[in-house]
Amino acid sequence: MGMTLAEKIFSKHAGREVKAGEIIIADLDAMMTHDANRPVALDIFREFKGTKLCDPEKVVQIIDHHFPAPGETNANVHRQMRQFKEKMGGILYEGEGICHMVMPEKGHVLPGDLVVGSDSHTCTYGAIGAFSAGVGSTDIGVAMISGKLWFMVPETIKMNIVGTLPKGIFAKDVILHIIASVTANGATYKSVEFTGPVIDSFSMDARFTLSNMAVEMGAKSGLIAPDQTTISWVENHRPRRKYNPQVPDPDAEYSQEITFDVSTLSPYVAKPHLVDNGVPIEELTGTPISQGNIASCTASRIEDLRIAAKILKGKKIAPGIRFLVVPGSKEVLQTALKEDLISIFVDAGASVKSPSCAGCSGGASFGVPANEEVVITTGNRNFQGRLGNPNAYIYLASPATVAASVLEGKIADPRQYFQK
Amino acid sequence: MIIKGSAHVFGDHINTDYIISGKHKSRMTDLKQMAEYLMEDIRPGFYKEIRPGDFIVGGINFGCGSSRETAPWVIKEAGIAAVIAKSFARIFFRNAINIGLPVLVADIDSIQEGDELQLDIDKGKIKNLTRSFTLTTTALPPFVQKILDAGGMKSYFNAHPNFDL
Ligand code: SF4
Repeated sequence: MGMTLAEKIFSKHAGREVKAGEIIIADLDAMMTHDANRPVALDIFREFKGTKLCDPEKVVQIIDHHFPAPGETNANVHRQMRQFKEKMGGILYEGEGICHMVMPEKGHVLPGDLVVGSDSHTCTYGAIGAFSAGVGSTDIGVAMISGKLWFMVPETIKMNIVGTLPKGIFAKDVILHIIASVTANGATYKSVEFTGPVIDSFSMDARFTLSNMAVEMGAKSGLIAPDQTTISWVENHRPRRKYNPQVPDPDAEYSQEITFDVSTLSPYVAKPHLVDNGVPIEELTGTPISQGNIASCTASRIEDLRIAAKILKGKKIAPGIRFLVVPGSKEVLQTALKEDLISIFVDAGASVKSPSCAGCSGGASFGVPANEEVVITTGNRNFQGRLGNPNAYIYLASPATVAASVLEGKIADPRQYFQK
Repeated sequence: MIIKGSAHVFGDHINTDYIISGKHKSRMTDLKQMAEYLMEDIRPGFYKEIRPGDFIVGGINFGCGSSRETAPWVIKEAGIAAVIAKSFARIFFRNAINIGLPVLVADIDSIQEGDELQLDIDKGKIKNLTRSFTLTTTALPPFVQKILDAGGMKSYFNAHPNFDL
């Protein structure tokens, strides 16, 4: 019997052939921790009597969730992270952007890798064919000392995405539709392999959006086998070391195979307060909104900004609406500046913020909605309180849908802008 | 170990933002202080209802959402002895084991708010003293049980820096 992509990667990192269901100890290629979760991994490192990092090249700290620091608590955590780097080494990024964008952009995550991060959306790197899973601070602390962790090798669900994506429909719509079909715990403890002609045609930006949301159906990782698109992207981003891409065997054993034909898919929107509350946009058009966000590690990449700019160019957002744009990384921001996208947003009436998690997690203190207000966002979670106010309502959608909606001041179908 | 306490029943998909919202988590570092906001957005004042040794009972996918280890920590700091649910989200489950908070899978449908429960962790039995029935919990994989028995990853890792499987 052949191996799934997850089994291949785990076998390589365990030094023997392993199968789904086994508990193994595996070597890690990188470990990431950021400024939001407490106890921070470096407290654990100390508490566990760590004296040196397993390998300074593998340990990456990223200040992104609360950057620039909105308050003294955050500022002091940031200082702690800088001091830790001074003393112990490792790599620290500050203000470069959201961890899940920075890790692949800076060449820390490569095809065939096994990576952990103290953040649930660590599964994003599945898009480049790395098995990457979110863990907590304790696991990261242990990993920083030992360079390895225990894992249960997951079973894999294969998701075939077939058909032709209609105009105005994007990766975000596809993944919201998938999550609505399999539910928020439809893939718990499992790995997902996204495959099929639609995936083959997707750019890396689109693939990142897909893999990013794998955790919203409970999955441990959302993998896409590396192909030429992957390798070109990786090579354009200065890989920091040699890598060894893996692909699944044709006769691999899957716990389930599901096919999604996206040929007739509508734009998808997830209603409050669950990510699997996704419905075709026809059910929601006309719902008044107070704010639109293009932000987060799900969809604030250059292609997302291009799509939104195409809709917004030369137009103004509806009166009384707030529109927040947070490019996900400095690389994205620089490209957006060069392509003049930022001026399109600003002219339309947007508030633009420096790359960070602003506009996504609740603590970021940027764009907190008022009671009863409705926000439509390109983010990945619509949980009650996610944007800092439990009495607000959050809808998840594609960058195109958010852009179309801020123009009208209500949830609007973006397909009208893609007819030609 | 045998623990007695009352059941606080929550529904399906209790996510980590509900357990401890980002709003509170980002402005304090003290877990004891944070524990006062446990489930604040969905059950205001919950912290005050808890007596040490009580249980949280949840439905499917308990602890879904973020990787914040503060989620199991605040539950533990609030005095909850164990979480019993139909199923757990992966990262929450792992974090709970790592910090030594027992997380048990059982068919909890028949447990109601305020029921007095008696949990025998070693035998994997939950006795409902209010309604006189007994539930069996799903056994943990032996390696995971070892971490929990050690009281969490800290003492486990101190004793086994190379993770003996
Ligand atoms: S952008 Fe949002 S989901 Fe992504 S890492 Fe930051 S807080 Fe988490």
